[in-house]
Amino acid sequence: MTIEAGHVAVSLSRPDFTLDVDIRVPSHGVTGIFGASGCGKTTLLRCIAGLEQGARGSVGFNGDLWQDGDHFVPPWQRPVGYVFQDARLFPHMTVARNLHYGRRRSRVTPELTSPQEIIAMLGIDHLLDRRPAQLSGGERQRASIARALLRYPSLVLMDEPLANLDAARKHEIMPFLDRLHASLKVPMLYVSHSLDEMTRLCDHLVVMQSGKVLGQGRLHDMLMRTDLPILGGGEASTVLDVRVLDYDAQYQLSRLQFAGGEIVVPGRHGDRDCPLRLRIMASDVSLCRERPQSSSILNIMPAVVESRQAEAGGHVLVQLRVGEMRILARVTLKSAEALELIPGQSLFAQIKSVAVKNSAEQVAVDEANNREMI
Amino acid sequence: MEIFHSWSENMPGLGPLWLSVKLGLVTTGILILFGTPLAFWLSRTRSHAKTIVEAMVALPIVLPPTVLGFYLLILLGPSGAIGGYWLKLTGETLTFSFGGLILASILYSMPFVIQPLQNAFESVSRGFVEAAATLGARPLDVFFTVVVPLGARGFLTAAIMGFAHTLGEFGVVLMVGGNIPGQTRVISIAIYDHVEAMEYGQAHALAAMLLVFSFVCMFALYFINRRWRHDH
Repeated sequence: MTIEAGHVAVSLSRPDFTLDVDIRVPSHGVTGIFGASGCGKTTLLRCIAGLEQGARGSVGFNGDLWQDGDHFVPPWQRPVGYVFQDARLFPHMTVARNLHYGRRRSRVTPELTSPQEIIAMLGIDHLLDRRPAQLSGGERQRASIARALLRYPSLVLMDEPLANLDAARKHEIMPFLDRLHASLKVPMLYVSHSLDEMTRLCDHLVVMQSGKVLGQGRLHDMLMRTDLPILGGGEASTVLDVRVLDYDAQYQLSRLQFAGGEIVVPGRHGDRDCPLRLRIMASDVSLCRERPQSSSILNIMPAVVESRQAEAGGHVLVQLRVGEMRILARVTLKSAEALELIPGQSLFAQIKSVAVKNSAEQVAVDEANNREMI
Repeated sequence: MEIFHSWSENMPGLGPLWLSVKLGLVTTGILILFGTPLAFWLSRTRSHAKTIVEAMVALPIVLPPTVLGFYLLILLGPSGAIGGYWLKLTGETLTFSFGGLILASILYSMPFVIQPLQNAFESVSRGFVEAAATLGARPLDVFFTVVVPLGARGFLTAAIMGFAHTLGEFGVVLMVGGNIPGQTRVISIAIYDHVEAMEYGQAHALAAMLLVFSFVCMFALYFINRRWRHDH
């Protein structure tokens, strides 16, 4: 489906913890590594960067073997850009000297983004002469992202860069990460325990639990999977990639197009053809046998039942096909019986609300992925 | 005028002071140079040998200077293991010479240099070392660009403590070096001599110098430490 850039198959044993994973890193886009705290996400990143000398197995990237058997490339020779959860800017250097540290120890590839562009993209021009101690948490994390990118890595590793920040700081950083997602030409692994961050930023998803990989694949497909309880719970959802069609100024509504259908959301979200990502929670989708003639709900579309699966708490998760896309709906067991839901049945889905996840220009990544799919 | 007259009459020769300063500088310099790798190893190793080495480094703190001096006298003497070799190599004895004093001072002041360095290295978070490695810095590069600057306070403490402690040593010097003017007659020995000879005036002058100097050293140490804490 996608071209593979890296293959990581490592195991690591500690008295209280065992990591045993086999993941593939696609050559484009952001791969989210998702799982609860303590499931080994960070350890996995550390193994890839060469910071865990006890790791066994193999790490290969872009045709280079970083680790295999007794062969172990030390961390300073692996072209990775590591963004730590706690930033780890050197306290005895200014921001500028921090940025310079990795850059002057790396092979500079001329066709890549210039340092000025990276500094501008992360909005840290005015902070260059300051010491890390004089920065806010969000500024520190932005500087540490810039420092990692200025190493001109072939692979970016981000370890929960938002975990230590409060909600306001997260909102401050997210647009920068969106921009990075859109402009980054190398693959990135993004570790987080927040599904919300994942649906906004990632193109691929690896789901981990207790040191093992439960599943991996395209974000859209992974979110549709009903066999991964860790993704389900209250959070079963569908991610739709759409483009802006037009904006109705009178009602302040945007019409968006996805593969095989249209959807309407409140507010203005960029110009025509601007790519957007939407997240629709399964619990916000309800089902009707006939098209409702008078309803306050704007988004009503014909759908076909593909499968249904009982959930705890008297609910049923229904997978629907709408045009060429699949979406999930959660209904009560009673409604499912009343509607006599069976695979192949045609009905109408009502979408109560839609969250617009980002409005960044993520053309580069998505188009690269689409090209490979064809 | 009379006061000045009696003061200058009682003024002791400053030779012992300069000798002490020279001994302190050389000893501290050598200890920093060779103590840094040892302290860094102690701060990072998980080896069982660490505990033994740490105990050996700390020994001079608890040992009476006479014990240390006695063994050194035997070891550095013309028939001792090190002293004999030195005699064959250079034709000179190590005991009762400035060279012997330096060796003795290195041992005697070792814990006061190694321990602050080790503490400083231990306080440099592994996180910064890892970050530097992922940014392409080799271990020696990481050491000089990250560990040393972040542990700078430890180097300052080590230097001042090593120097001041060497300046104040008495027992070991007396055992190993004796009392040869210009060779081994350091300031503490000179004070002892003046007191023995009932020359209280000279003893006062030297003792006061040492007292003021020691206070200035300690004051500088705490003052700079405090400034540093405010900066970071």
